[in-house]
Amino acid sequence: MKLQLNVNGERRTVDVRPADLLLDVLRENLGLTGAKPGCRNGDCGACTVTVDGWPMKSCLMLAVEATDKAVETIEGLQGAPAQRAFVEKFAFQCGYCTPGFVMNVHALARLRPDADEATVREWLQSNICRCTGYEEIREAVECVLAQGRPASAEEKPYRRPPADRSDSGNT
Amino acid sequence: MIPFDFDYYRPATVEEAVSLYARLDREGKRPLYWSGGTEIATFARANLVCTEAVIDLKAVPECRALAVGEKEMTFGSALTLSEIDDSGAFPLLGATGSGIADRTSRNKITLGGNVSSRLIYKEAILPLLLADSDALVAGASGVRRVALAELFQRTLQLGKGEFLVRFVMDPSYRNMPYASVKKRKETAIGYPIVTVAALATEAGTRFAFSGLCDFPFRSAEIERTLNLRDLPAGERIRRAAAGLPAPIRSDMLASADYRRLVWQVALEDVLASLGA
Repeated sequence: MKLQLNVNGERRTVDVRPADLLLDVLRENLGLTGAKPGCRNGDCGACTVTVDGWPMKSCLMLAVEATDKAVETIEGLQGAPAQRAFVEKFAFQCGYCTPGFVMNVHALARLRPDADEATVREWLQSNICRCTGYEEIREAVECVLAQGRPASAEEKPYRRPPADRSDSGNT
Repeated sequence: MIPFDFDYYRPATVEEAVSLYARLDREGKRPLYWSGGTEIATFARANLVCTEAVIDLKAVPECRALAVGEKEMTFGSALTLSEIDDSGAFPLLGATGSGIADRTSRNKITLGGNVSSRLIYKEAILPLLLADSDALVAGASGVRRVALAELFQRTLQLGKGEFLVRFVMDPSYRNMPYASVKKRKETAIGYPIVTVAALATEAGTRFAFSGLCDFPFRSAEIERTLNLRDLPAGERIRRAAAGLPAPIRSDMLASADYRRLVWQVALEDVLASLGA
């Protein structure tokens, strides 16, 4: 079936099966390989894109469900604050989970700019990093959320709780 | 990828959805209703489910309804768990639902999908049982309204071609004190060893459980025991096991003995938080 999708602001026409997942259509039909197949079970978050601004695991969505919706992939960010923060904080090792994290953080910063610790934790639990680069990822998230808040005398910037560094071997 | 082909339909009305199902069933297509679709997609990938046609309910307005009125509040079956939580319309439903899977997955998992799950947990049903909800069910005979406690007897008793349209309950439940405790084996995301949801009404505290037995349930006998305020909380909890409707599960997450202990600890947490 011919499908019209809105991907990264562009109208794209693809020829797909109704049973094709959005992840596979983005990668195979559109060449947008930023979203990654990890678990293919909705657990790891490596396939995360945004749909109408909301983070979505593209392995859990049929491409046909994305008709009339705005899909954004990592390729569409074009140097957004979330991307820059991940680079500046070196918040990646192998990089495989990174597009999924970046898309989730990008959505979080737009939809929940005042996110507190609980909200950040809730949203970021949707993504797994097997390299365990979580410390730098957290710093990147802090950086993005701090940037997004307007300056105000009453502003209380996001601050993570003090870490217990008693057993940390890093300097 | 899903290794088999199916046709995709997106009806705009309840009647169209029911009619489509009947036609596709006659054609031998083994149709499935598709709400969030997360379970069908993952099961299909693993060849645990097969179909030649899916009927997406998300374009049916009644399935997407969310309203709090003076006499009843309504939650459509195709609302996502995130939408329900973010709305704040029924905090207990939001809290229990927010323990299911992870936030991004909950942007896709729907209320009806979770309640209809083939897995044993169906945690989103717990607040609905506690609030004495009714379910509106669409089928060949039209839309019927039935008490969820009658419709769900260990499993959802839906006839062929029927689907959940929405759930309705008294809006007073949304303001009652509540507790929702989920105990997992080790991670912050995952299936429960036990989930306990509770609602403190004027007549006493209500309790519902998931993961303890092979089905979610609410037990009048357990509620009577746990509301015996003349007894210490520990004694009430110890006696509550006599009201279990089935043996406690033993699986890779927890043995039956450990699950019983976790259940008792969860009940202690709930009773303490509600001052019950």
